[in-house]
Amino acid sequence: MSFTDFTWLIGGPQGSGVESGANIFSRVSAEIGYQIFGKREFYSNIKGEHSYFTVRIADKKIHSNVNDVNLMASFDAETIFRHYDEVVSGGGIIYDSDILETSTDSVRTLDVPFKERLHKELELKNKPFTIAGVLDIAKEKNVLLFPVSFKSILHTLAEETENPRLRGLVRMYNVIGVSLSLGLVKMPADSLHKAIESIFSKKPEIAKTNQQTATYSYNYATAKFENFDYTLSGTKKESGTLLVQGFQGTALGKMACGCRFQPYYPITPASDESVFLESNELLEIIGDRPGSTAVIQTEDEISAMGMTIGGALTGTRSATCTSGPGFALMTEMLGWAGINEVPIVITNYQRSGPSTGLPTRHGQDDLLFSIFAGHGDFPKIVYASGEIEESFYDTGNCFNYADVFQVPVIHLMDKFHASSVITCKRWDTEKISIDRGKLLEKVEDGYRRFEHTDDGISPRSRLGIDNGIFWNTGDESDETGHISEDPVSRVKMMDKRMSRLDLILDKIPKEEQVVSYGINDFTIISWGSTIGPVKDALEMLKDDGISIGLIQLKLIHPFPSDYVKSLLKDVKTIIDVEANQSGQLGKIFKQNVQRNVDYFILKYTGRAMTSTEVYDSLKRIVQNKAEKREVLMHGA
Amino acid sequence: MALKPAEFKTDVHNDWCPGCGDFGIVNAIQMALADMGIQRDKTAIFSGIGCSGKTSHFINTYGVHTLHGRVLTFAQGAKIANPEMTIIAVGGDGDGLGIGAGHFVAAGRRNVNMTYIIFDNGVYGLTKGQASPTLKLGEKTKSLPSPNTNSNVNPIGLAIASGFTFVARGYSYDVRHLKDLIVQAVRHPGLSFLDVLQPCPTYNDLNTRDWYAGADLMDEAQKRHSRIYKLEDTGYEPTVHYDSEIETNEKLSQALIKSLEWGTKIPTGVFYKNENTTPYTVRLQDKIPNYLENPPSKQNISKNGFSNTDISKILDSLEV
Repeated sequence: MSFTDFTWLIGGPQGSGVESGANIFSRVSAEIGYQIFGKREFYSNIKGEHSYFTVRIADKKIHSNVNDVNLMASFDAETIFRHYDEVVSGGGIIYDSDILETSTDSVRTLDVPFKERLHKELELKNKPFTIAGVLDIAKEKNVLLFPVSFKSILHTLAEETENPRLRGLVRMYNVIGVSLSLGLVKMPADSLHKAIESIFSKKPEIAKTNQQTATYSYNYATAKFENFDYTLSGTKKESGTLLVQGFQGTALGKMACGCRFQPYYPITPASDESVFLESNELLEIIGDRPGSTAVIQTEDEISAMGMTIGGALTGTRSATCTSGPGFALMTEMLGWAGINEVPIVITNYQRSGPSTGLPTRHGQDDLLFSIFAGHGDFPKIVYASGEIEESFYDTGNCFNYADVFQVPVIHLMDKFHASSVITCKRWDTEKISIDRGKLLEKVEDGYRRFEHTDDGISPRSRLGIDNGIFWNTGDESDETGHISEDPVSRVKMMDKRMSRLDLILDKIPKEEQVVSYGINDFTIISWGSTIGPVKDALEMLKDDGISIGLIQLKLIHPFPSDYVKSLLKDVKTIIDVEANQSGQLGKIFKQNVQRNVDYFILKYTGRAMTSTEVYDSLKRIVQNKAEKREVLMHGA
Repeated sequence: MALKPAEFKTDVHNDWCPGCGDFGIVNAIQMALADMGIQRDKTAIFSGIGCSGKTSHFINTYGVHTLHGRVLTFAQGAKIANPEMTIIAVGGDGDGLGIGAGHFVAAGRRNVNMTYIIFDNGVYGLTKGQASPTLKLGEKTKSLPSPNTNSNVNPIGLAIASGFTFVARGYSYDVRHLKDLIVQAVRHPGLSFLDVLQPCPTYNDLNTRDWYAGADLMDEAQKRHSRIYKLEDTGYEPTVHYDSEIETNEKLSQALIKSLEWGTKIPTGVFYKNENTTPYTVRLQDKIPNYLENPPSKQNISKNGFSNTDISKILDSLEV
């Protein structure tokens, strides 16, 4: 029996190796040809709070998670309490048989509102407030239970390998959990060993212990567990497949497109990108001496932005990477970059606001803020990547836009991107074009940085080149860059800068502005990472014989009003799908297209949408049973 | 080759108040640059906001007039991306020690090879004379509604504590001495700080030119005694000669104690100088071996309009 769509969940306290467990599972799955969509959820905490990873695998391209879990690997009580009801009928739960009597009250990290909801459910079903209680409910739903004493696995292993240290090595629980899972679904054992080898390649001793543990657990599952319907023996592997983490798209895009300077200040979920850049700071250059990226950790986001601008003034492609709170601090400088026509890229991995909000959770909260960031009128570009795969190429485009139009570019990414793990087609550096616009290498006498030109863009000098002297100021200035409060000159300068907005809409290819996946009576407008779940939901609807259109907005400021209007002219019902409370894209859409959104599908729990819940809402809309605002709630 | 100070002047109209101490500082910067024969297009003046912020427009080199409190961030970014540049950052004491104090401290920790000059006048001039971070507690300059309720920052002490490796004070009416200090500061291989006492004739009626000259300090013979004196005239030795903790601590403590001197005697000159601390460029070179030879601004990033960066090894490691 072969299955094409399978979701595995592993959970445990933060710091217990949930992520490396998921990493092993993902690698094995990808190695045997499956497509992966994995997502990590975690608290703002270092150790102890509940974190979990869902990995969906399929033998076709997938773009999101679904609600249903087919197999859950748990090694603590909290994971079972929080996720037992996500496992579908016919699915399985691997659990530690030593914790059956653990009560909800003894799990200190279960927060009160969750516990209250769980108790209500258990009371209703007349079950005790224990692991045994919730597993009973699962069993009644025909979920298969696979009990195993993690402690005795370690004890036996310690004896067999004559390694007494293993007896108490609870940090092996994750490897036990994942190996039991792989054995249960009959994934090839050699792929498991290969994955462990590659993950622990720099620590041979640890790799050895992990291999022993994995072999034992894998064999334990194949020998002791039965009746599980799922066999995942692999599928045809596509060559040139990458297994990547979400933040690697923009990081590798920056390396490829020549970003050589990235000051940043640590913030979740953005810092991973900068750390990855710094970890790979030395670059190989084809036909030239080695290059490098100077990644500088600054004292705050204001400094990160100031340094980025300073770097850009030298002609270096410069960027910073941050999240909402950090971007808020950068906005005064954004205006400075605007009035001085400095090309910079700000990669904003959004998270749930306002304020600190849900610092480790997802939200597409900064669209309006990005569009309106900074005081006064100045041109900027707000550009949003949909899927992780696109983000690599989009990063290259963002730097070209910045250079060509001499404006700051805000590249919107988010937490859903940052902590997802996916398979995608190997990124092709040959597709990364480099356009520096009017950047000068040589300057003639009489240079004026802000000279009025036919297209409103002045040739750009850089700090340190002969004859290239210019002045910048945050004040209004004349063509040389010296302060000028002359009213006539002011109007000319403002109009020169703002004319950039029309030029941007005119020059950026339409397919880079908006991606149309087909237009229908019902058509969705959406942006950013939400595109993934929407795409999968539309596939599911097709199976039901329902066709819904979709346009993905990538260039959101300046807004391609005419193009969007022309695309949607025959559409009867417009549905806005996005991960924030107020329907921010819908607002911008209405402002620019002068048309109301008919339905909103919104999610602001801090958890990304699944395709299942988008599908459910879309179906209700088509059947005329939906609320005007469909608010999605799935996910722990 | 020495150039003429006039080559470093722009024809931008200077709208500072008559008698402003800022004039002396701009002149001293222009003289210092001319003395050192530094190429104009390899030099950039970064400035903050306020009267002193306009400085970059009066000097004929690259000029970047930034934001209030943030001048050091822009300047460090430019210097790190293009280490060939000679960079002088300037700003007021409110700019650098009030709103920008965090950047001041962080810059000290980095020791980027450049110079920071604070125009220190005790007031916020351009917003009509509010108290700035160097005004003493209880002092009331003429446009303050009531005496200052904050204690003052000690700029020299803060610079020393933050890790600046060249710390000096000048006086804007002693242009020649100030010029010499700027030359030393620019030549110092690390982050230099210059606190320049600069009377604001319009809003600071306490620390006036006469006050610094000691008009109120007459001896029995009715002779004035200037408050300003030069450390070098007293045999003060600011330099840490050896990379030894004992000597470094001794010179740091000496400088800190000296920085507290104020009132009838105000020291100028070099308080502290230490060339043993690695400049930031060297720290970067430890990570990136060819950083100085091929810094960010010099790197060739494309070939025939396409990427020339080879990331295939990283992609290989991600391939399954």
